[in-house]
Amino acid sequence: MSCRRREGNMVNMEQKQIHLKGLFGIPACSLSHSLSKTSVRIPRVMACASFVKLNAASSSWIGQKSSFGERSQGSSTRRVSFSIRASSYTDELVQTAKVIASPGRGILAIDESNATCGKRLASIGLDNTETNRQAYRQLLLTTPGLGEYISGAILFEETLYQSTTSGKKFVDCLRDENIVPGIKVDKGLVPLPGSNNESWCQGLDGLASRSAEYYKQGARFAKWRTVVSIPCGPSALAVKEAAWGLARYAAISQDNGLVPIVEPEILLDGDHPIDRTLEVAEKVWAEVFYYLAENNVMFEGILLKPSMVTPGAEHKEKASPDTIAKYTLTMLKRRVPPAVPGIMFLSGGQSEVEATLNLNAMNQSPNPWHVSFSYARALQNTVLKTWQGHPENVEAAQKSLLVRAKANSLAQLGRYSAEGESEEAKKGMFVKGYTY
Amino acid sequence: MSCFKNKYADELVKNAAYIGTPGKGILAADESTGTIGKRLSSINVENVEENRRALRELLFCAPGALQYLSGVILFEETLYQKTASGKPFVDVLKEGGVLPGIKVDKGTVELAGTNGETTTQGLDGLGQRCAKYYEAGARFAKWRAVLKISATEPSELAIHENAYGLARYASICQENGLVPIVEPEILVDGSHDIEKCAAVTERVLAACYKALNDHHVMLEGTLLKPNMVTPGSDAPKVAHEVIAEFTVRALQRTVPPAVPAIVFLSGGQSEEEATLNLNAMNKLNTKKPWSLSFSFGRALQQSTLKAWGGKTENVEKARAAFLSRCKANSEATLGTYKGDATPAEGASESLHVKDYKY
Repeated sequence: MSCRRREGNMVNMEQKQIHLKGLFGIPACSLSHSLSKTSVRIPRVMACASFVKLNAASSSWIGQKSSFGERSQGSSTRRVSFSIRASSYTDELVQTAKVIASPGRGILAIDESNATCGKRLASIGLDNTETNRQAYRQLLLTTPGLGEYISGAILFEETLYQSTTSGKKFVDCLRDENIVPGIKVDKGLVPLPGSNNESWCQGLDGLASRSAEYYKQGARFAKWRTVVSIPCGPSALAVKEAAWGLARYAAISQDNGLVPIVEPEILLDGDHPIDRTLEVAEKVWAEVFYYLAENNVMFEGILLKPSMVTPGAEHKEKASPDTIAKYTLTMLKRRVPPAVPGIMFLSGGQSEVEATLNLNAMNQSPNPWHVSFSYARALQNTVLKTWQGHPENVEAAQKSLLVRAKANSLAQLGRYSAEGESEEAKKGMFVKGYTY
Repeated sequence: MSCFKNKYADELVKNAAYIGTPGKGILAADESTGTIGKRLSSINVENVEENRRALRELLFCAPGALQYLSGVILFEETLYQKTASGKPFVDVLKEGGVLPGIKVDKGTVELAGTNGETTTQGLDGLGQRCAKYYEAGARFAKWRAVLKISATEPSELAIHENAYGLARYASICQENGLVPIVEPEILVDGSHDIEKCAAVTERVLAACYKALNDHHVMLEGTLLKPNMVTPGSDAPKVAHEVIAEFTVRALQRTVPPAVPAIVFLSGGQSEEEATLNLNAMNKLNTKKPWSLSFSFGRALQQSTLKAWGGKTENVEKARAAFLSRCKANSEATLGTYKGDATPAEGASESLHVKDYKY
């Protein structure tokens, strides 16, 4: 790979639109929201409180063996310097990740593909039309005060470009609440040839230009979900592919200004005990971090979205929140370097209350990374049921979203109590062989 | 399987954590016979067993020094030696609250097809040796892998080979009750800048932890002994704070919090330099879920050696020099060192030896 020269000083005006000026608590950038394509020379901002700025240059290193017995004599026509994890978005990536990983807040995942959203709508008797999807997302994204508990919202592509019925862009609604817009960028799971009926995640083709477009539209983080199945092995092939795909996606995301959320979901399906889950999780995360490092991903600018370490859904014994917390934290401490700012758990079929209780148990003492949530079903279940598609229920539905969001916010701070939770919220949402 | 656990698991975790006790660190006194010979000859002392024994007694029995140490790495000969009055060194250390450690590698050999890169030997029979050392009182071990920086190094091969050697060694140690110190030293030789050292260090440590994980090593029962991240020996120097930032950042990017302590090697830095750099790291206000401490050889013994000169009448003076460095480094682990250690001859002298082999 040839050396990618970083244009440290020449910055395309579009790329430097720092819309989120208030969001990050840094002084407003003096650049206007100019859509002109003129390149402007801007001195590279070197303000970083705790770290010395690096000169970001250099290609990835390609090792060269000298031939046997020969000493290489200063013929340095090969350009060999090690990569430094940096891009023109370095500072912004670090800041974005920090904002998302802010105390008492987590992520609302509403990036269901149209097909999956259709299932949600069908469960309350609604047709899967763009209008209905828009109405549902509007309900969620215009919830007043949502930003107190939610720091980021993952959107599906359609939603990123949608607006409210009164014409306000969804991304603007989010920004006004101090919520960072995110975007699902993967193209779904397909069968992995040569594996044991396992899947791999597609989406690398054209990812760079898609990411750049999403950045322009206002997204500042991305998400890519791959899966690992314990009943199917997992095979070494499936684990390697999952890890490598994530690493490639992460590098491309950072290159285009999006903080990558790294999500290798270890599916709940199976009857295995919690020790087996621990074993697989440790293996998966070891692979993931190694490949992330090989792809020169900057860890201060990523977030993780792991599954919690629990027994399989069909295992005879359920584990308590304390046990889940203990196993999950053990796994994280063994695999996650402290440079990673935040770990946002997926709920993966747990009930709303379970997901909150487990998160709470993990936050009973300080962790070297922000430990929080990135929930979809575990935040939306009661909301959907309250809404039923009726406009007159919107307010009540929004309130129920706030109830769940607040509960998880408290869990992030380790201060949640399950007293007063509804029965609905305690219902498990595990679906065997779940695809979405 | 998840990490390997056996009957020693709890003890390994406890001992590793103890070594990382704030205010304490490791004295690396494991110079092989050949290497200690170089030290002794530098002060005109003959390289015979009695002199080697006398030097170690000077160190281990220095009044007040052991309180600043959580471990001492020994060479095999020393593990079985005694004070002049007949007390085994391991007992002296244990009574002083210091864990005895043992160097278990058998030195480096060149990797064919590379540009002088090396791998470390010592895996054959390592299990039995570890069991024997455990019986003799050792509770941790050390194995030094060596890498170097140049336009074309370290190569993929050298990184992989050294990482996997460390992982096998670590696994075998844990099977036999010894906490493995994982030491992937990247030599300071060269004219590269600090960014290059950082990039290489991060790459090497990522490979090491991948290997350790693949080999089911229980990280809670290990220690890391890395180089600090600095410019090459032929490059312009930078401030201690810069070294601290680059070093801690490299560790934040690679070392999982399960590892209880990181004990730096001094690698040719002067006594004072090494202490000031360690101090700067412990003053940094950033995420550091592991203790940051020392495992110094030359950087704890240099001025002591000079003061001693091999003469019995100098023992007290030499011990005072040693105590001074121990205390200084203890303070450095707490970030409270004020640079006011009793100055001794040689404390600021660089200890760098180009292409150092020991």
